Amino acid sequence: MLATMPLPFYFLIGGLVSIFLPKGVIKSSFVCLVPVIALLALLNGNWDGGFIVQFLDLELNFMRVDKLSMVFGIIFCIAAFLGNVFAFHLRESTQPFIALIYAGAAIGAVFAGDLITLFVYWELTAISSVFLIWARKTEGAYYSGMRYLIIQVLSGVVLLFGVALFFFETGSISFVKMELSSLATALIFIAFGIKCAFPFLHNWLQDSYPSATITGTVILSAFTTKLAVYALARGFPGTELLIYIGAAMTVFPIFFAEVENDLRKVLAYSLNNQLGFMVVGVGVGTELALNGTAAHAFSHILYKALLFMSVGAVLFRTGTSRASELGGLYRTMPLTATFCLIGAASISAFPLFSGFVSKSLIMSGAGKEHYEIIWLILVFASAGVLSHSGIKVPYFTFFHHDSGKRPQEAPMHMLLAMGLTAILCIYIGIFPKNLYAIMPFQVKYEPYTFEHILTQLQLLCFAILAFYILSKLKQLPSETRSINLDFDWTYRVFLPFVIRKLLLLLASTEQKGLKFFNNSLHLFLGKVYQLSGPEGVMTRILTSGTMVLFIAIILLIVLGIILF
Amino acid sequence: MASEIKQGTLDFINHLPILQVITPMLIAPVLVVLNNKTLSWLLSFVGALACLLISVLLLQAVSDGSTLRYYLGGWVPPIGIEYRIDAANALLLFLISMISAIVLIFSYSSLHAEIPEDKHTLFYACFLLCLTGLLGVVATADIFNVFVFLEISSLSTYVLVAQGSYLDRRALSASFNYLIMGTIGATFFVIGIGYLYMATGSLNMMDIAERVSQLGQNRTIQAGFAFIVVGMGLKLAMVPLHVWLPNAYTYAPTVVTCFLAATATKVALYVLIRFVFSVFNYEDSFVNELFFLLLMPLAIIAMIAASVIAIFKQNLKKLLAYSSLAQIGYMLLGLSLMSQKGLASSLVHMVNHGFTKAALFMSLGAFMLNTKNIYIKSLKGLGKSMPFTSAAFVIGGLSLIGVPGTAGFISKWLLLEAAIEAGYWLIAILIVVSSLFAVIYIWKIIEVLYFSERAGSYREVSVVTLIPIWILALFCIFLGINTSLTVDVANIAADVLFN
Repeated sequence: MLATMPLPFYFLIGGLVSIFLPKGVIKSSFVCLVPVIALLALLNGNWDGGFIVQFLDLELNFMRVDKLSMVFGIIFCIAAFLGNVFAFHLRESTQPFIALIYAGAAIGAVFAGDLITLFVYWELTAISSVFLIWARKTEGAYYSGMRYLIIQVLSGVVLLFGVALFFFETGSISFVKMELSSLATALIFIAFGIKCAFPFLHNWLQDSYPSATITGTVILSAFTTKLAVYALARGFPGTELLIYIGAAMTVFPIFFAEVENDLRKVLAYSLNNQLGFMVVGVGVGTELALNGTAAHAFSHILYKALLFMSVGAVLFRTGTSRASELGGLYRTMPLTATFCLIGAASISAFPLFSGFVSKSLIMSGAGKEHYEIIWLILVFASAGVLSHSGIKVPYFTFFHHDSGKRPQEAPMHMLLAMGLTAILCIYIGIFPKNLYAIMPFQVKYEPYTFEHILTQLQLLCFAILAFYILSKLKQLPSETRSINLDFDWTYRVFLPFVIRKLLLLLASTEQKGLKFFNNSLHLFLGKVYQLSGPEGVMTRILTSGTMVLFIAIILLIVLGIILF
Repeated sequence: MASEIKQGTLDFINHLPILQVITPMLIAPVLVVLNNKTLSWLLSFVGALACLLISVLLLQAVSDGSTLRYYLGGWVPPIGIEYRIDAANALLLFLISMISAIVLIFSYSSLHAEIPEDKHTLFYACFLLCLTGLLGVVATADIFNVFVFLEISSLSTYVLVAQGSYLDRRALSASFNYLIMGTIGATFFVIGIGYLYMATGSLNMMDIAERVSQLGQNRTIQAGFAFIVVGMGLKLAMVPLHVWLPNAYTYAPTVVTCFLAATATKVALYVLIRFVFSVFNYEDSFVNELFFLLLMPLAIIAMIAASVIAIFKQNLKKLLAYSSLAQIGYMLLGLSLMSQKGLASSLVHMVNHGFTKAALFMSLGAFMLNTKNIYIKSLKGLGKSMPFTSAAFVIGGLSLIGVPGTAGFISKWLLLEAAIEAGYWLIAILIVVSSLFAVIYIWKIIEVLYFSERAGSYREVSVVTLIPIWILALFCIFLGINTSLTVDVANIAADVLFN
């Protein structure tokens, strides 16, 4: 019985049930339990035949389980569990319900064997997840959520249009590898790209994730973008364009992350950068690289959740996540600080942590196919990751100058969630074989070679050194909002100044562009309103005489067409 | 033409076509004689249920592509009047009977808020006459009979719309405008019938069709077609002949609005379809030209312009009325593609949109029971205080937009498929664009319902009111998942009409 139900239904039904449970421990425990049951059902079920449903004259498959979808299914269940544990303290109905629906939708999309099912769940992830942003109930969150929703729904509409075209061109709706050669597949590609936060399509990510609730961000960070990575890996493996897109994704967020003050935004940028690695892996498309993508998605979901959790715990206790307002929290939040460091070590790919064993798959994948320049870009990006996520986030939060804040340690359930995630990060780092065993293809890769460890440590050491020097010179960009600003002026070196100016220019051009777009939109809408609003020409109430005149004219036209 | 005719089955089955039409007609005068408020509701409801039962039996009987023929009084056509039921009109009969039954449940608890109690008996009598008219138009195969039933339904509709005047006097002028326009439409229609009779000397659809094909190019027939198209264009509110509709829907009592929005325009469109396929020859160049040059552009204009207008409406009944105009555009577009798929999509959309719009208007009606007016700002925060009504409204809204899993998706998908099959890429894009407009105006309402501070303290409406709303809402979902009722039958119907 258990195994015959498609996996997303566990979440959807669980979500509906959760509404009726009393708020409190019962509800919170229930929403933690649902992903566990689903995971057990997934692992123990027999999915050979899929789950076929006849719809119109189409055959839909709700459960296409193979090794690739399995990896993502497993990690999504785990992420849903950890996220719900982290959110154990919530005493409301919306967020636990939405968290389950959203996770279920993402899982449903992963197991969708056809494009129609994919589309349905694709839109459901969009519509459900926005409530995690709105749940914050501030005006900023409302508008941010609205922008998020519009972009996500747009992605769905583009997808639907691409799917429809694809269907009429090929007569098939099955979701398999596609060639990027027709309008149909291009539209599907763009739809995936929007959700995957490709460069220039990425703004929704940094806009929305930091605006969500503390627990909402943790959950958001796991699903939407990784679903897109999965969809790319399924639909467009080996598409060379993806390598360059991915490489660009790894690089450009670094600069933004460096100057950003809000730590959750920093993490959002770094999320974008990590996605770049996965996209490169998909683009390379060899077995090694695809394994890398899957493995990296797996470990990335964990350490990114861990980082968001630790910053979230700080936000929960102090009410702020701005680098300039934090510092020295390790005194009273030692456990959170430790977990944050573990997450930081993982994302920076320190040996013995999860990032090390997964990222290297992608990098060797790219290296083996002789994309030397790409490889170098990835190395540079790795250093960037270390600088902004690996060092900046823990450093400014827990160390650095003392902010004077003495918050309590994070609550028990948050520590538990972070602890479990941290254990998984380390476990994967130490025993990569277990992760490799569930990869789509057989892994013949040994991460712990002398050379690899040495290269990685060199890279890490130099990056740390660079950070240290910058810090000593008081040139760390996010210090700008601190009180040291006045002293800084005189010591400013030329180069960072120019870079910062350039970045600001870039940011302001983007703002201006948006403003211009907004203004022209308003102008246009004003015109439309003039025509069709309540006072407009098109809705004026006509007298019977005018109406009859209309009728006569139409009759004449009809007669004219028919008789001549 | 040579459809298989059922014979030798149960006698009862053979009389179903006429029973379908006269059941409400016979009950109507009884109500007036009894003159008891509760009893007249009960009898109307029982009558509607009987109609529903009959329509289900009919639908079952013809869902294999066969045709039921009934000769009134035993007079053999072309002299006698014939009722002919095939998949196309069985589907419509089902829609009309179903909606009327559901609407009557709703009226039990809501009518007293809009109409003084001493008028209820007459109201129900009028409602039943309207139902009779609509069912008759659909069931009959005699073109003059179509006209007669059309007038029965129209005249009673004018009265029903005018009933809104107890709440808002503007209902009277709305009804008057509707009367003028409707009468002109009916006149044009009867002129068209006159031309047809002049040329062929017959009133039976099948008989005319044969003679039309023998006559070949004939100006009289062509002029008749022109008058019929314009007449029906008025009745089905084809842009720009739609001017009567927004006000009529807005100021009529909610019960009437629900019923009309779900059935009346669809019946007029059905008549047009029936004439194009069963009376005239759809392959004739003048028919095709008219559809391609005029009706298709008008349908597209309706789809886009009416949706844009709806975005700016503050009066929610008016908003939905304009959205109806846009939806009629979809149906007309499906028809004017002149393909089997297009026709099927049009038929499916009639049913799906019927349930969707009825659900939306009915939940608005439930809001109105509390708020007393239907401006968007009066719905503030009702999502919390009236959760069930609001949820039903959201489901209806999703179906109107065409979200997968709801009825609206099915018909829009079919329409897209038909448009792309015919090679009209631009039209396919416009269909999607118009759906996006629907997202905007539905979202506007959802936002007020769920994301605004509560304006007043209201309580959820009674269970009796919620039942019909939720039946409709569940239909919106059911028809989005199970398509055997709509799509399969519509495909058979399109097949029957095309051959």
